[in-house]
Amino acid sequence: MTINGWLQILVFLALIFAVTKPLGIFMARVFNREKTFMDPALRPIERVLYRVTAVDENHEMRWTEYAISMLLFSVVSMLVLYLIQRVQGFLPFNPQKFGAVSPAHLAFNTAASFATNTNWQAYAGESTMSYFTQMAGLAYHNFVSAAVGIALAIAFIRGVARRQMDTIGNFWVDMVRAFLWVLLPFCIVGSLLLVSQGVVQNLRPYDHAMLIEPQQVQTTGADGKSVATTVTEQVIAQGPVASQEIIKEWGTNGGGFFNANSAHPFENPTPLSNLIELFCIFAIGSGLTYTLGRMTGSQRHGWSVWAAMAILFLAGITVTYWAEAGGNPLLRGVDQRATATQSGGNMEGKEVRFGIANSALFATATTDASCGAINGWHDSFTPLGGMVPLVNIMLSEIIFGGVGSGMYGMMIYIVLAVFIAGLMVGRTPEYLGKKIEAYDVKMAMLVVLVFPLVILAFAAISSVKDFGVSSIANPGPHGLSEILYAFTSGAGNNGSAFGGLTVNTPWYDITMGVTMLAGRFLMIIPMLAIAGNLARKKYVPPSLGTFPVTTPLFTVLLIGVIVIVGALTFFPALSLGPVLEHLMVNAGKTF
Amino acid sequence: MKKNLLTAIRMTIATTILLGIIYPLAVTGLAQTFFRDKANGQLIEANGKIVGSRIIGQAFTGSGYFHSRPSAVNYDASNSNGSQLGPTNQKLIDRVNGDVARLRTENPGTPVPTDMVTTSASGLDPEITPAAAAFQIHRVAIERRMTETEIVRLVSDHTAGRTWGFLGEPRVNVLELNLALDEESRVRSQERP
Repeated sequence: MTINGWLQILVFLALIFAVTKPLGIFMARVFNREKTFMDPALRPIERVLYRVTAVDENHEMRWTEYAISMLLFSVVSMLVLYLIQRVQGFLPFNPQKFGAVSPAHLAFNTAASFATNTNWQAYAGESTMSYFTQMAGLAYHNFVSAAVGIALAIAFIRGVARRQMDTIGNFWVDMVRAFLWVLLPFCIVGSLLLVSQGVVQNLRPYDHAMLIEPQQVQTTGADGKSVATTVTEQVIAQGPVASQEIIKEWGTNGGGFFNANSAHPFENPTPLSNLIELFCIFAIGSGLTYTLGRMTGSQRHGWSVWAAMAILFLAGITVTYWAEAGGNPLLRGVDQRATATQSGGNMEGKEVRFGIANSALFATATTDASCGAINGWHDSFTPLGGMVPLVNIMLSEIIFGGVGSGMYGMMIYIVLAVFIAGLMVGRTPEYLGKKIEAYDVKMAMLVVLVFPLVILAFAAISSVKDFGVSSIANPGPHGLSEILYAFTSGAGNNGSAFGGLTVNTPWYDITMGVTMLAGRFLMIIPMLAIAGNLARKKYVPPSLGTFPVTTPLFTVLLIGVIVIVGALTFFPALSLGPVLEHLMVNAGKTF
Repeated sequence: MKKNLLTAIRMTIATTILLGIIYPLAVTGLAQTFFRDKANGQLIEANGKIVGSRIIGQAFTGSGYFHSRPSAVNYDASNSNGSQLGPTNQKLIDRVNGDVARLRTENPGTPVPTDMVTTSASGLDPEITPAAAAFQIHRVAIERRMTETEIVRLVSDHTAGRTWGFLGEPRVNVLELNLALDEESRVRSQERP
């Protein structure tokens, strides 16, 4: 670890701190439907959208109607994405003449993946998807799945804030305002910033470059024999990347235009583009803590939640950075020390311009949030360095978290934390003036239990059956980590991977598709049920017996609940994967 | 329910047009207007032909060139990927040991910089560390019949420091450096009768 590395990490956190208040206020105004400086440009578009979609913007919904509208929209837009993939050969903007995305289970997997804000990628973008599919199918879902997430978080906050009301807002209005005000204007500016750094944005066919020095390459032919061929040209994949790249991070989606995601020089060419992308991953999630404080009238509560997130972030980055900077002890005769002329450490699967600090930072941030973009391959991280991203997702990505989903995920932990505090002092737990009762805790536990159930059940089957094990690329404990990471990433709607696992098989495509859908919608429905139930309750003024949710003690309790729930659920699985591998790498064992 | 289903269908169509078609095409228009070279991939042309992109790496193996990092995809820029090898995979250890042995015969006595024997994440890393460049200077100087000082000067011309003094890592662009070496050699051969 170097001082300069830590400087970059702290500057990044300072930027996130700085944006929290202005962005939080802005979002509170947008969803309270107060005036903002963007109204003159955006209100006319909003009105046209409501007219063509027959939305009554003054209609208020109960939580059930809110949930049904959200589900209908997700299903319809997911079916359209499936269709676009299957007929992309007949659609425009397809200079490489890609045919339908096939087999069908891959198209299903991808549709489920993007509709749930996961962006798990069982395909390689540059050799599968036409520009039209990337723009109107994949980048489109980056917008709307993020907007849906923000809408849900706002609905939950309203549930806490409202008193004796049956309704929690209008799904269509919240969603439209989320993409029109919060997502779209920033993306136009941000995508041009990225282009200024070298992220490509064009519709040209792939370019063919004549190599300066033609290369002899050994390839394995169809008969299994090694053949030497001479490569004289390089085909350079192009595309409308920047417009997708920016929403990929700003909406914590994570689906790369190219297979190598944000490690690809055309997606993330410079240290500055890397900082912009990192900033985008955390900004909205961080801002929502301020929105929470503002809309519920307890700004200090918002900051105490922010503090819990920041502490967990720092804990994660410390471990990853330390582990990656330490390098791989099995590589002999290699200089892995950090010096003035190299960042050293474990550089397998990392890019020189990012080095160790920025690769560790990106891996931590992308899994703290439910982003899943990568700028280095987590599969090639050291055992403990790769365990941190996995654990981050297992804690359900509430460390700033996915846009919206991080906030409502955190709210579930908050309900549990005040419940446990209530048990300890022997009083009915309260949260910001609302009594937390049996129904709320049951729904919260449903969320907490569905998540590991989906992950561990599918991972268990995959790690004993041939159709699961045969996809493993790295044998030994690392193979279990690959499987565990896949289902964790799917259920957490993250989308990053231990990429060695061959996932474009019927088993993984279908089970991962189911996992992603369960991880999104089976969480949202109980969460909305809590919101609807809270909105109905009377306000109870705080008394001496109320456990305050605005203090450092609350922050500590919240962190405790998060870590204990996560550890109790997943520690046995982790001990057989990354923990075991860590012990073995130090003992010099290979597989 | 029925009303919301109709809204869902209409909303999908309307937002696809706005966010999926108008937005990316508008950004493309703006990018092509203001940052034409960057938006098109910073392609390098020589004698009317494209020879590469400034920010996409190429493989070099000749001893007169600086070598790029190992690539899991042989620098195929239509198929980006890393090796995906885990830290305890014997294949990784064997590959690194083989590369270390080969590189040590080139430059005996010096420890091998880690980026010279590890594959990049994209498989297209355009850059190597200054340590990896320094490691190769001796070999390139002999092969090009130039002095090490001359090569060091060329390397430092193509070395980028940290952005604003602290962001990212110092790095050397291999393709640009090798093009500069070729240019230098061409000029010298013309000067010599």
